[in-house]
Amino acid sequence: MRVIAIFKRVLREMIRDKRTLALMFLAPLFILTLMYFLFNTSSDTVAKIGVSRVDTTVVKAIKNKHVKITHYNANATAKDKVREDNLAAFIKQRDGKLTVTYQNSQPSDSALVRQALQGGLTKIKVQALAAATQAQKKALQQQAKVLKTLVAQQQKMAVAQGAKAGTMPIQSQQTKLKAPTTYSITSHYLYGSSDSTFFDTFLPILLGFFVFFFVFLISGISLLNERTTGTLTRLLATPIRRGEIITGYLMGYGLFALVQTVITVTFALTVFQIHMIGSVWLILLINFLLALVALSMGIFVSTFANSEFQMMQFIPILVIPQVFFSGLIPVDQMANWLQWIAHIFPLYYGGNALMNVATRGVGFAGIAVELGILVLFAVLFTVLNVVGMKRYRRV
Amino acid sequence: MVTNTIDVRDVAKKFGSNPVLKKISLQLPVGQIMGLIGPSGAGKTTLVKAILGMEKVDAGTTTVLGTAMPNRKVMQRIGYMAQSDALYEDLTARENIRFFAELMSVPKSELTEAIAHAAQVVNLNDALDRRVSAYSGGMKRRLSLAIALVQDPELLILDEPTVGIDPELRQQIWAELYQLKSQGKSILVTTHVMDEAEHCDYLMLIREGIALAQGTPAQLEKDYDVATIEQVFLKAGRLQDESHRNL
Repeated sequence: MRVIAIFKRVLREMIRDKRTLALMFLAPLFILTLMYFLFNTSSDTVAKIGVSRVDTTVVKAIKNKHVKITHYNANATAKDKVREDNLAAFIKQRDGKLTVTYQNSQPSDSALVRQALQGGLTKIKVQALAAATQAQKKALQQQAKVLKTLVAQQQKMAVAQGAKAGTMPIQSQQTKLKAPTTYSITSHYLYGSSDSTFFDTFLPILLGFFVFFFVFLISGISLLNERTTGTLTRLLATPIRRGEIITGYLMGYGLFALVQTVITVTFALTVFQIHMIGSVWLILLINFLLALVALSMGIFVSTFANSEFQMMQFIPILVIPQVFFSGLIPVDQMANWLQWIAHIFPLYYGGNALMNVATRGVGFAGIAVELGILVLFAVLFTVLNVVGMKRYRRV
Repeated sequence: MVTNTIDVRDVAKKFGSNPVLKKISLQLPVGQIMGLIGPSGAGKTTLVKAILGMEKVDAGTTTVLGTAMPNRKVMQRIGYMAQSDALYEDLTARENIRFFAELMSVPKSELTEAIAHAAQVVNLNDALDRRVSAYSGGMKRRLSLAIALVQDPELLILDEPTVGIDPELRQQIWAELYQLKSQGKSILVTTHVMDEAEHCDYLMLIREGIALAQGTPAQLEKDYDVATIEQVFLKAGRLQDESHRNL
């Protein structure tokens, strides 16, 4: 079988090239580890806030574990202090009005301050409300007491008069005076848990991206080499079918892509204890299809490159834009025309399917459409490749 | 009964507006060695590729082993050695030969023997398990020849087979080509080394895409009234240039 000969050769060449092998298998693990620590430490960040002449109740309310509050004297100016002490924000109070100056060079810090402020002010409002109700309650109780004595007096009088009417409504009024309701919050998360991080949510997409990127690059460059060293022409001087060459390539690199996916998924699941709701097999299937698309696309694109350097030039054009539409940035919040563009990228479908399976536990039926489109992409580029090889041999 | 292994009739080919082959015809009888001589850029490689069906021609027909080209199946009966060594550098020589032998459908039971024989012809037995990346230019050339020989083809098409090969080994290779010829195989060799031309049964001189002269070496030397093929070539070239000027 000629396909098997090509398949075996691709495997053998890959295994001989230890560096490429390491790149394919270890680079994703390295990037994943790096991202894990980058995104997981972000929850412990503390924003520094400077306050001047702010009421202690407000300061107390604002305080939480994400902000550190420093007190300044009354004549400190916001601009100076923010610059000098690298504060995320500076709050000044004049009468009842709070003026906040944000540094805003780190939007995430500004967000932390805004959250703290909003949370603090709400807390104060709630406290005030509670205090008010408490006061009302006291007042009412006072009134009730007065009423009671009045009623007692009335009753005495009524007894004296022989009439009992009028006591019932007052009693029912008393039962209405209960302590104000306090709300406690219990949160439920539809997907993931309260410790779900950015990393958890986007890991499946990243897996898909790694597979796509590495397979695209390696297969494209490998066929390019075959073309520039003349071995492709030499191959076509044998009775091999053009389709057999492409199939051999798909099998060889498909296998490597599969191994890569297994390694990365296993690593993410065991070392980082990632929450993965759906079936791991479906994740592997999606990644395998993505690899086939990347493979056929890489081989196709390599026909337009004359050197490895020219092959690299396709990365910013064909690979990077796919990242934007892979689901890392929510596609349904994009402008309409951008949403349309998203549909031409294979990684849009791959990312969608991966996200659905990993974080929402969707089954095969739920991602069948995406899988179908990926298969179509692979078939389309494979056919183009087989036809495109006609320029090396007419049959 | 096929009498001509290769039969090329009036083949013309242009690259853009630049004609590379102008109405070339070539017949290689069964069991003969034909030499295609000409300076580089004469169109030798293009003609070879047209014969193999790998280059689309603008006019004319090529028939190989009785089959009109291009034809995928006939490829199996042709041993081809390209002008540039097309080898997998990360693989060993043995793996390279085996790979192409598998593509040529050499039966598994005969593989080991076929590889050993092909390697022995080009004197590479001792270096078979070395990676090709460690090979010298001459060794690569020999390996390419071994690959062309591995499926025991009826027709050998060798594009500049002896470039970078030392005289002793060149002699050895020619001895093997005679041996193959005696087994009834046909061989087409391109070269620009004139003294090699004397080894061929038939010669065809190509220059600027035109077949200047065809015939046995002795015939050509007689026709042009000179002592060597080199002089035949120079004289034919001069005549071609003169006829250009006269136009």
